[in-house]
Amino acid sequence: MTRPTPFHSRTSALNEGQRWEDWEGFLAATMYSLDPLVEYNAVRLGCGIFDVSPLHKYEVRGPDAQALLQRMVVRNLAPSRPGRGFYTVWCDDNGKVVDDGGVFHIAENHLRLTSTLPSLEWLIDNSSGFDVTIEDVSEELVGIAIQGPTSRDLLRKLTNVDLSALKFWHCTDADVCDRPTLISRSGYTGDLGFEIFVRPEDAEKIWDSAMALAPDYQMRPCGLVALDMTRIEAGLLQIDTEFISAKQTLFEVQTISPLELGVGWMCKLDGDYFVGRDALREEKANGTSRWKTVGVELDVTYIEKYFSEFAMPLHLPERSWNEAVPIYADEAQEHLIGRGTSGMWSPLLKKYIVIARIPPQYEKLGSRFFIEEVIEAKTFSIPATVVKMPFFDPPRKKA
Amino acid sequence: MAETYDAIVVGGGHNGLTCAAYLAKAGQKVLVLERRHVLGGAAVTEEIYPGFKYSVCSYVVSLLRPEVARELDLGRHGLQIHPQEFVYLPMENGDHLLTHGDPHKTRQEFRRFSKKDADRAGQFEDLMYRMAFAVKPILGYKPPNMAAPSLRDLSTLKEFGGHLSGLGKETFHQLTKIMTMSADDFVGQFFETPIIRAMHSLSGVIGTMLGPKSPGTAYVLLHHYMGDLDGAFSAWGAQKGGTGMVSEAIASAARENGVEIRVNAPVSQIIIENGTAVGVALENGDEFYAKTIATGCDPHVSFRKLVDEKELPGDFVRAIDNFKFRGSSGKVNIALDGLPAFTGMESPRFLSGAIDICPSTDYVEQAYDDAKYGGFSKRPAMEICIPSINDPSMAPPGKHMMSIFVQYCSYDMDQYGDRDQQREAFGNAVIDTVQEFCPNIKDLILHKQVLTPWDMEQMIGLTEGNIFQGELTLDQLFFSRPTAGYADYKTPIRNYWQCGSGTHPGGGIMAMPGRLAAKEILGGKLVI
Ligand SMILES: Cc1cc2nc3c(=O)[nH]c(=O)nc-3n(C[C@H](O)[C@H](O)[C@H](O)COP(=O)(O)OP(=O)(O)OC[C@H]3O[C@@H](n4cnc5c(N)ncnc54)[C@H](O)[C@@H]3O)c2cc1C
Repeated sequence: MTRPTPFHSRTSALNEGQRWEDWEGFLAATMYSLDPLVEYNAVRLGCGIFDVSPLHKYEVRGPDAQALLQRMVVRNLAPSRPGRGFYTVWCDDNGKVVDDGGVFHIAENHLRLTSTLPSLEWLIDNSSGFDVTIEDVSEELVGIAIQGPTSRDLLRKLTNVDLSALKFWHCTDADVCDRPTLISRSGYTGDLGFEIFVRPEDAEKIWDSAMALAPDYQMRPCGLVALDMTRIEAGLLQIDTEFISAKQTLFEVQTISPLELGVGWMCKLDGDYFVGRDALREEKANGTSRWKTVGVELDVTYIEKYFSEFAMPLHLPERSWNEAVPIYADEAQEHLIGRGTSGMWSPLLKKYIVIARIPPQYEKLGSRFFIEEVIEAKTFSIPATVVKMPFFDPPRKKA
Repeated sequence: MAETYDAIVVGGGHNGLTCAAYLAKAGQKVLVLERRHVLGGAAVTEEIYPGFKYSVCSYVVSLLRPEVARELDLGRHGLQIHPQEFVYLPMENGDHLLTHGDPHKTRQEFRRFSKKDADRAGQFEDLMYRMAFAVKPILGYKPPNMAAPSLRDLSTLKEFGGHLSGLGKETFHQLTKIMTMSADDFVGQFFETPIIRAMHSLSGVIGTMLGPKSPGTAYVLLHHYMGDLDGAFSAWGAQKGGTGMVSEAIASAARENGVEIRVNAPVSQIIIENGTAVGVALENGDEFYAKTIATGCDPHVSFRKLVDEKELPGDFVRAIDNFKFRGSSGKVNIALDGLPAFTGMESPRFLSGAIDICPSTDYVEQAYDDAKYGGFSKRPAMEICIPSINDPSMAPPGKHMMSIFVQYCSYDMDQYGDRDQQREAFGNAVIDTVQEFCPNIKDLILHKQVLTPWDMEQMIGLTEGNIFQGELTLDQLFFSRPTAGYADYKTPIRNYWQCGSGTHPGGGIMAMPGRLAAKEILGGKLVI
């Protein structure tokens, strides 16, 4: 059964249409208002508050804590110090992505891993020979994310730490409303923002205190639709959309490597061993990547033209979509080459953006191909061009 | 030797900037000359009171054409519009009407007043949508020259005729009605509740010196639905940082394409040699020369101020002199120390869209009666926005900026007394009326800017303070804007072009006059 999170007394009172979905067994608001665009806009204009409690969380402690995580994830954690955080994916032995999440270096010999899927077993399996203790704190810690241009100003009112000193993907112990928390300057929206880990017993108090400041900082509670739209603009990946965990599929064709997923930049192939390193080295050396993951932009004038064939005005999706859409090399749709994995009309950029998985020869900026669009049950080919991803990357994110 | 350009645009309003951006995209060397210290004209943001951004004139974006946003990549240049979720209409009896972005909720609200009205709301919306769809193509055409139609004009008319004949009988019938009826009569076909009728018909009179019961006002309602057609593409709402940031986004696109923009550069005269415009002279005596001169100013300024009468045919001069301006609207902008409390308001969130003070059509008509012969409404109809509820950049935390668009305030108030006293009295009438619906307003006022049509004329050169560079009535639209024979952005003077909202398709933050003018200047083809 889907369970409420410790914020539920508050979030359910705000959820106007009672629209919820299942996020790892928890009730997560799809949207709070009746129009999710309002929430999406709040994240880009003021800020949004998200209940991100369903993330799995693990404390890794001991002299080898850093070494264990280094062995597990693709990112180079060598420069890690207490106070740093990293976004990373991790792989199986075949170099195929298993999950993604955050590594937070909380203190000497103490790191925290967050993940979308349960990862305790994965951690334990990898830990033999390491001097560590591993604790699943998924239910002992809950979380909120406050994301958007005013997030820092709002959070300043609630905490004792100097947030101007907290750089992008850095974290710090902090009292929020006099309760112990970990604040990390990170998030899933590509904007200025923070994630705050709190104890369940403090959840309501912290939520209430933040919401009391909402009118002054133009903050709104935001659901998963707004989260999906902002993460697509930020070019961030989503499990079960951009990739399927290699743990959850038996079929080679459904797996994907970090090099194929567009996160090759984070894999330190010439460094210390990590799970999947050798397979990835081979993939790189032999050029056997099947895919590249890129951002593309659809030419909306064609969509408009095709709608006019039915004497209809242009209609664009009002929110993001997350399903595989065929990509063809040719307009006649004879050569299927890839898929769009998620996409949206970006109200902010005024562009129709899609995250796409295509063969490596189409990876270059400016490459062109066609994405299928069905209008009135008829299939059309919409010209698409590879553009820079993230689609939206405001200076304030790191400023 | 004075500097020379391919094109000079007079006026840095959003249309002038749009025209400049498109000309530069086509490779032209372009100079924009703006009289004021800021860009934007009637789409301008100014920090009049420290920490508070005022959308001094226009306050809501609804008609901005998606093709312009796309072609000039305005998203990247800072266009960011927060959609309007609610319209809150307080009533004299303490009740209120609240419309939601969600049609079911709105319908539910209408049912409190009339079940019939609730049921007809959908029908009304559908009809308006269909009619707007029918006439929308007009927005994208250069108006035909009806006196001497060209081949291109004829094919435009034929295409449009074909489009219209595709409408059903009922829609076509209603279309002929909306062209001629008063807003109230038209809306009255569907709704019986006074406040619902008033809410709809108010948009028919904005910017015109006509009442909701004056014939011909229904058509303007359609304009409002044209923006809706663009669905996800455009949003009816507030630009981040005020409407001036729309102008700034266009200016940024223009600069990126190489346009040179100068502010504090009032043009005093178009330099004309042998019936051909060759340059402009500034008030300070500087001269600039170009092959093309385009004016984003209104028709009166463009032809009666910047050009010597001798250069123009007599009938053209008469037509321009007969072009109706008749400013009818005032603007009051207020810095507030906190969030105002409107009577009956359940949540401050409901104030984040528009707050319309128009309890009934009779109320609005009465407001018109007060101002018809000069002066201003004692209890005006108003559209209020508090953009700072959603947009942190408009005011410091916890403070708010309130924009009040006021209907009616006439241009010739001075016949009733000293202008400054009249302005003061007008501002007081506005605040007193707001107070009827929002008791704590006076306690919150930190600063107040009051603009009458006369002030708008002084400030941005809008003749008689007409907000649309000339009334948007049917006789002044399409091939008659600004006058028959010169609706194609040309003028009687060679190489002197028009690109402001005094041309088709008219006023509002639409950027279409600028785009269509650039297209004509470039010989019918834009470079995108
Ligand atoms: C009070 C008010 C409220 C409004 N509200 C809305 C609204 O909410 N939504 C909406 O869509 N529309 C609204 N409008 C209408 C809309 O703002 C205008 O139609 C639009 O901004 C006009 O743009 P433009 O570029 O055509 O002309 P303008 O904005 O009039 O630009 C002309 C420019 O020329 C400059 N200029 C004048 N003379 C000279 C000279 N001699 N030399 C150099 N430069 C000169 C002016 O300073 C100005 O910058 C409103 C208008 C007003 C006045």
